[in-house]
Amino acid sequence: MSETFQTWGLTYEWAWFLATVAGILLIALPLMLAVAMIIYADRKIWAAMALRKGPNVVGPFGLLQSFADGLKVFLQETIVPSAANKGLFLIAPIITFTVALLAWAVIPFNSGAVLADINVGLLYVLAISSLGVYGVVIAGWASNSKYPFFSAMRAAAQMISYEVSIGFILICVVLYANSFNMNAIVEAQRGHGLGLVNGYWFNLLLFPLWVMFLISSLAETARAPFDLTEAESELVAGYQTEYSSMAFALYWLGEYANVLLMCALNAVLFFGGWLPPLELEILYWVPGWLWLFAKIFFFFFIFSWVKATVPRYRYDQLMRLGWKVFLPLSLMFVVLVSGWLMFTRYG
Amino acid sequence: MVDLSQYLPILIFLGIALGISVLFVFLPMGVSRLTGAHNPTAEKLSEYECGFPAFEDSRSQFDVRFYLVAILFIIFDLEAAFLFPWAVSLDMTGWPGWITMMVFLGELGIGLAYAWKKGALEWE
Repeated sequence: MSETFQTWGLTYEWAWFLATVAGILLIALPLMLAVAMIIYADRKIWAAMALRKGPNVVGPFGLLQSFADGLKVFLQETIVPSAANKGLFLIAPIITFTVALLAWAVIPFNSGAVLADINVGLLYVLAISSLGVYGVVIAGWASNSKYPFFSAMRAAAQMISYEVSIGFILICVVLYANSFNMNAIVEAQRGHGLGLVNGYWFNLLLFPLWVMFLISSLAETARAPFDLTEAESELVAGYQTEYSSMAFALYWLGEYANVLLMCALNAVLFFGGWLPPLELEILYWVPGWLWLFAKIFFFFFIFSWVKATVPRYRYDQLMRLGWKVFLPLSLMFVVLVSGWLMFTRYG
Repeated sequence: MVDLSQYLPILIFLGIALGISVLFVFLPMGVSRLTGAHNPTAEKLSEYECGFPAFEDSRSQFDVRFYLVAILFIIFDLEAAFLFPWAVSLDMTGWPGWITMMVFLGELGIGLAYAWKKGALEWE
């Protein structure tokens, strides 16, 4: 994009800077819009599953519902509890939302269409998504109230427990793709299944890992059935009980941005990212980013579907699943996948 | 030499994302003062514990299991950190590299089995 700006008579440095800023805004602003629409889509999907209509009054088909909600929280009073640590209390939602936006810097939207094409892209995503825990823990601590505090402890333990198995699952994908670069991982999935299917999900060794990754991403983003951090019957609204106004909304925005990120990771790591599902010439007529968005929405539909149908786990069941089922299984698969690759590819 | 120039967009992104987030938190606070929504009272600013005044300090005690989970996480995240470079260089290290990593994983497997037997993974 920097060439376009250079034709305006700018020096290369300024053109590069403007192009980068434009690229960042092109990611951040549509992402916020997507989050608003995806919250609306979420409510519509739950409604359809419960045989009702969902939001349908504000705007045509209720399409403006999220914007009306946004305006409402924007005009509300921000309450900072007198017992809270004021600074930390206000910094926590800032951290959460910043981190949720930042992870999108390395997601490839098309061949070469990535903001930062770093060679350790997957590690970057892993590192940034770990930072999300801080926003939650600081919020729980700073509120100085029992429910947010317990919820924050739960959220932290839950997120780090599932990060372990997610790490091992990612290692299996990296073993196959032989790179941490997100675009290289997508390219490695081209024609992976019989030279026809794009994506690692077709691989019998990696398919169980994808199932584990999908469930772990539900737990990592604290979505149902693992939404114990905001179990209303025990912990009121969880770590954001004391929050109000836009600071409260930032947690929801951040959470949904993280859900979209996890859907995007499912698509990029196992379903071929911006590649069409089948390696056919005619399917390449559809632009790559449209394939990626379609896949992201497909996974979001699964997330929504699960939330509408599956009852909540107990906390001990959640921890057992993470430490006693997913961790040994994913460790075993590291051995299996690397051994298989040694025999077939490098041996 | 590692090409670090690709990290500059991330740094700029950090600045812009921070700016957006700060704006989102502090702009409504200013607006609510102008619209008259800002009206704090002592009751409103007290902490919410289902209508009762707080019985005790909320930062008193919590379960030691959270510590255990955190420590186990550090160990296994460190293990993953050792696996990352091995995973991308499997084609270069060959069988000796593979066997070495299996020994390492075996040792950690023993550690996991010990933690499991000791009941560190229980949550009851």
